[in-house]
Amino acid sequence: MSMRKVAVVGAGMTKFVRRAQETAKELSWQAAHMALESCEMTMDDIEAVCLGTAPDSFDGIHMNGEYLSDGAGAWRKPFMRSYVGGGTGVFVPIQGWYHVASGLFDVVLVVAEEKMSSYYPHAQAAFLTIFDHTTERPLKPNLLWIFALEMNRYMSTYGIRKEDIALVSVQHKRNAADHPCALLGDPNITVEDVLNSETLAWPVQRYDVSPVSDGAVALVLAAEHVTKRVTDKPVWIEGVGWNLDTAHWTNRDLAYPRYVEYAARQAYEMAGIKEPRKEIHIAEPYDPFDYKALHHLEGLQLADRGQAAQLYVDGVAARDGDMPVCPSGGLLGVGNPIAAAGLMKIAELFWQLRGEAGERQVPGQPKRGLAQAWGDLMQVGTVVIMGR
Amino acid sequence: MTLLERDPKAAPAWRGELPVTSRYTFGLAGERFFRAIQEEGRILGTRCDGCARTYVPGTIFCERCLGELDKWVDVGKVGEVHTYTLLYEAPDGSQRETPEIVAFVRLGDGGLVHRLGEVEPEALAIGMSVQAVFKPIAEREGSILDIVYFRPI
Amino acid sequence: MTANIKEFPGTPLSEQDFAEGNILFNYDELRGHFAWDTGIAIGRYLAALKEGIILGARCTTCRKIVVPPRIVCEWCFRPMHEYIPLQDTGTVNTFSLCYVTWDVKRIEEPEIPAVIEIDGASPLHGIMHMLGEVDPPKVHIGMRVQAVWKPAEEREGAVTDILYFRPLQEV
Repeated sequence: MSMRKVAVVGAGMTKFVRRAQETAKELSWQAAHMALESCEMTMDDIEAVCLGTAPDSFDGIHMNGEYLSDGAGAWRKPFMRSYVGGGTGVFVPIQGWYHVASGLFDVVLVVAEEKMSSYYPHAQAAFLTIFDHTTERPLKPNLLWIFALEMNRYMSTYGIRKEDIALVSVQHKRNAADHPCALLGDPNITVEDVLNSETLAWPVQRYDVSPVSDGAVALVLAAEHVTKRVTDKPVWIEGVGWNLDTAHWTNRDLAYPRYVEYAARQAYEMAGIKEPRKEIHIAEPYDPFDYKALHHLEGLQLADRGQAAQLYVDGVAARDGDMPVCPSGGLLGVGNPIAAAGLMKIAELFWQLRGEAGERQVPGQPKRGLAQAWGDLMQVGTVVIMGR
Repeated sequence: MTLLERDPKAAPAWRGELPVTSRYTFGLAGERFFRAIQEEGRILGTRCDGCARTYVPGTIFCERCLGELDKWVDVGKVGEVHTYTLLYEAPDGSQRETPEIVAFVRLGDGGLVHRLGEVEPEALAIGMSVQAVFKPIAEREGSILDIVYFRPI
Repeated sequence: MTANIKEFPGTPLSEQDFAEGNILFNYDELRGHFAWDTGIAIGRYLAALKEGIILGARCTTCRKIVVPPRIVCEWCFRPMHEYIPLQDTGTVNTFSLCYVTWDVKRIEEPEIPAVIEIDGASPLHGIMHMLGEVDPPKVHIGMRVQAVWKPAEEREGAVTDILYFRPLQEV
């Protein structure tokens, strides 16, 4: 395949908050504006816009992509919205990547936004509508079921203890204490706090879950010849992958995310990575629930099946460990405005690989990172590998 | 039974709804725009000098250059009918005796979609000047309905 | 870059800001009322439930038996012609004890949603349903369960024609 090199050259984000006063388009603009300023570009430089948002029902706006387009900078430009549920935040930069890699555009603005507080009284109710209307919704399911069912199967299959899973939540929320945009950073949280939090849908407890949030993130992607002009610290997109499993989620193995594995293998092959555990220096797996980070680390081949929790127990996953996991603070700590949360992970890699992550900076001048998101009906994996 | 034949005993359809209920904030710009209507009976826009555009309702950013806008300007209460329609059917499907008139009223480089009042359909014309009629200040609540309608001047 | 930025945009609000009218906001809803065609395969599935039968479908190429039935095999993308009545017994693949309803209201007695692998379907092929007549702490993965049906005259061709699955009494 002849593909052009694509770099991330700018990034911006809003705070992730429980309820933002800004409208969805204002949030999009704040992130987009910051991303442009960060690389000293203007809209004259932007040739196309890629937007990611999750279901319209959260923002409560039918055709939310079109509604947001002015805040995302899409005025009279080629514009495209992508949506693969929770996987959107890591899919929209992939879309931006192929806009540029293909040679169609030199500079693309990528924006991801979610304003979940618009769903009132509680965004969880929106998730009822992701279940099959005829065969599942009459049972009045809620989103927690799907996670609780998967978590239970995962724990039982591999004999994983809840206290080890709770370590994930503790570490991510502690990491988030150093993120200026974080909603739930807490430097003092303990495993006991997680284990003593309210039981929602056993085995899922309150602190196993990321918070519903509002926020937006934006990136500027550029082709190599533009990148050389605008920055001496480019962060290249080295590999991308995405993969979808069956929509019949009760017909598959819930203990292991095969679709994440396939997405990761696609990305590793493109990036020329043979030994991911040695070659990936920072991992930002998708962590809407604490066990999901472990589930995904295994799918990403960064841990053996059932062994990801050991990375946390042994300190490998710590910010100063051999392979820091979610140094940003992840969705558990920074917050989970669906599409924006995934793109936050890409922004984190951008800042980390440039050595600009401030208090959160991973030591040792990391060279390569991986971000992953997950979604649709628990069936999609999206992966981006970035390096400098 | 062939593949595409429907089982005669099958329930034909499953009924349901998407229970989406929302609470929308008006945002940073909406706060300023609707407070001005509510408290001062004024219609405000924002000006982007670089792009020579006045956005109505006012926004905090220029959609063309994505620059920040903080220059709020009073665009007056008088706009121009850019286009209009006569609605003979009510939202519930019933017929109206006299049509409701809805227009896009140009104000600055933007404008508002709103009702026209104190005017007969025969007297309507594209390009005519119309003026916002506000509710009494005590009844205003920071809403597009604080303007009752626009009327010809 | 985050190291250089002092202030990030975004204006957090509290519920109090809404209650006290500190900011402007309004309520609305997207009214979506639907009648979804049950379609060919699910139509037959629901009709069978009314008769007290859990119906699957078999792919003659992949030799997989799936539930609920569908008209196309996802694996080989060939049509699935063969509908097969399955048992109304199965094995708990996974379960949860859920203390909140779909609209986030607390409940004292947990609901017990589960994925149940249906006997007669291929391994790992199950449906989501509820467990009942069981002490929550006693539920376990691998537990054998059987459907508890509504009385025949009350069935309407819906997944709720099965009230729940209860532990199978081994004889």
